[in-house]
Amino acid sequence: MNIIFLDYASTTPTDPEVVKVMLPYFTERFGNPSSIYSLGQEARAAIEGTRGKIAVALGAKSKEIIFTSGGTEGNNFAIKGVAYANEHKGNHIITSSVEHHAVIEPCKFLEKKGFDLTYLPVDKDGLVNPDDVRKAITKKTILISIMHANNEVGTIEPIKEIGRIAREHNVYFHTDSVQSFGHIPVDVNDLNVDLLSVSAHKLYGPKGIGALYIRKGTKVIPFMHGGDQERKRRASTENVPGIIGFGKAVEIASTYMNEEAKMLTTLRDKLVKGIFAKIDHIRLNGHPTQRLPNNVNFAFEFVEGESMLLSLDMEGIAASTGSACSSSSLEPSHVLLALGLPHEIAHGSLRFTFGRYTKNEDIDYVLEVLPKIVEKLRSMSPLYKKKNKVTNFSSKSAKEN
Amino acid sequence: MEAYSEKVMEHFRNPRNVGEIENPDGIGHVGNPLCGDIMELYIKVEDNTIVDAKFKTFGCGAAIATSSMVTELVKGKSIDEALAISNKAVAEALGGLPPIKMHCSVLAEQALKSAIEDYIEKEKKTLT
Repeated sequence: MNIIFLDYASTTPTDPEVVKVMLPYFTERFGNPSSIYSLGQEARAAIEGTRGKIAVALGAKSKEIIFTSGGTEGNNFAIKGVAYANEHKGNHIITSSVEHHAVIEPCKFLEKKGFDLTYLPVDKDGLVNPDDVRKAITKKTILISIMHANNEVGTIEPIKEIGRIAREHNVYFHTDSVQSFGHIPVDVNDLNVDLLSVSAHKLYGPKGIGALYIRKGTKVIPFMHGGDQERKRRASTENVPGIIGFGKAVEIASTYMNEEAKMLTTLRDKLVKGIFAKIDHIRLNGHPTQRLPNNVNFAFEFVEGESMLLSLDMEGIAASTGSACSSSSLEPSHVLLALGLPHEIAHGSLRFTFGRYTKNEDIDYVLEVLPKIVEKLRSMSPLYKKKNKVTNFSSKSAKEN
Repeated sequence: MEAYSEKVMEHFRNPRNVGEIENPDGIGHVGNPLCGDIMELYIKVEDNTIVDAKFKTFGCGAAIATSSMVTELVKGKSIDEALAISNKAVAEALGGLPPIKMHCSVLAEQALKSAIEDYIEKEKKTLT
């Protein structure tokens, strides 16, 4: 059976063009960029060329780009790096309650180490209110970290405005741009950010490579200590094939981004409309319009997410859920809870994220099989029966929410 | 997460004994929506033997598979035999469960015990 992959927010297939440009760097051009002989210097030139490309794509300077192993490292680097380099100035950090674990966990770590953390709430659509950021800033605030686009519900945060506030108060501002880079415009000056993390495998590049933008003059301690690589900020022999592949992926993304976003938005809106038309007792999670072009996230009442995922998998569809049952913590998604969803409804969420290879027919297929799956699971659910006996819970109000 | 066994997937795909029993002799209701698993188990008892069992479950794949399996295991058993069915027995009958899903088998055992307790309570009332 062909797999219909609708989980592009988790990862993307590496573009064959990307693989092609990477291959010579495993075998023929395998030199260490720190070596003085020509084989090494060729590799050096290649990664510096790529650094330039990525800098251009972000509206940054080459020297402001540090290659990392991916989004998690970039977020750890930015948060812990700024915190420890600036603790003489203050110990307060502001973030939101809907960040990726790669931001939340370093923040919790710092909290244990004596830093003071503020986790800002979001509204029902997942938006951080810039006024809340302003109000949270104290004399001790050294860093604000708010994601650009949410990985679960796709909501795009008002980064530019938050960045302006951070700058007014002379506070460093980091954004996790892992879900947005390559999919919607990301420009470090337009967004008013000092640090920004990106990852290659979310934009058809290879896994294990990413970058952190660090604005010139930003005080950050090195992430790894060792050799002199990456201007002494991130020791370790460079992942040359990965960097080369990342560069190609960014090049392709920059070329097709607008066209792709248009195509994805059409598919997204078609799926949202179709699900609303075919299934009741549901709600769309995340902002209705200010969201990633490829993200659809619904909560289906009276059914549990993992059983929907397994059923979809049996029909050849790969998707994702915020249900506890698919995590090791047994807690539903912190993002859905932050949006104000009750636990039992958060357990019934499904996320579909589209990409470059998603076809119109794929959406038709989801719309054909999903209502049957939900119906079958609801027919087994003791909650559905009770709900129907007591009142007809209005799906209309859920839509309006 | 660790993958489910073939047997779990088979019971998830084709769950046995889904539904309710009209005028059941015992109903077990366990779990709560907060933790994401709710099971309702219905039993029909004749001459101290469970002659039929059905379930309704809100929950993950393991919750549905364990509900299905426990209803299969319990049919034809005496009340005492049924009370002896442990969560481990349910999990083993399914070819094992991923460690983080063992709580689903606990829930299945509790649902069964709760249905039997309900039956015993009702029996006491009819006797008095």
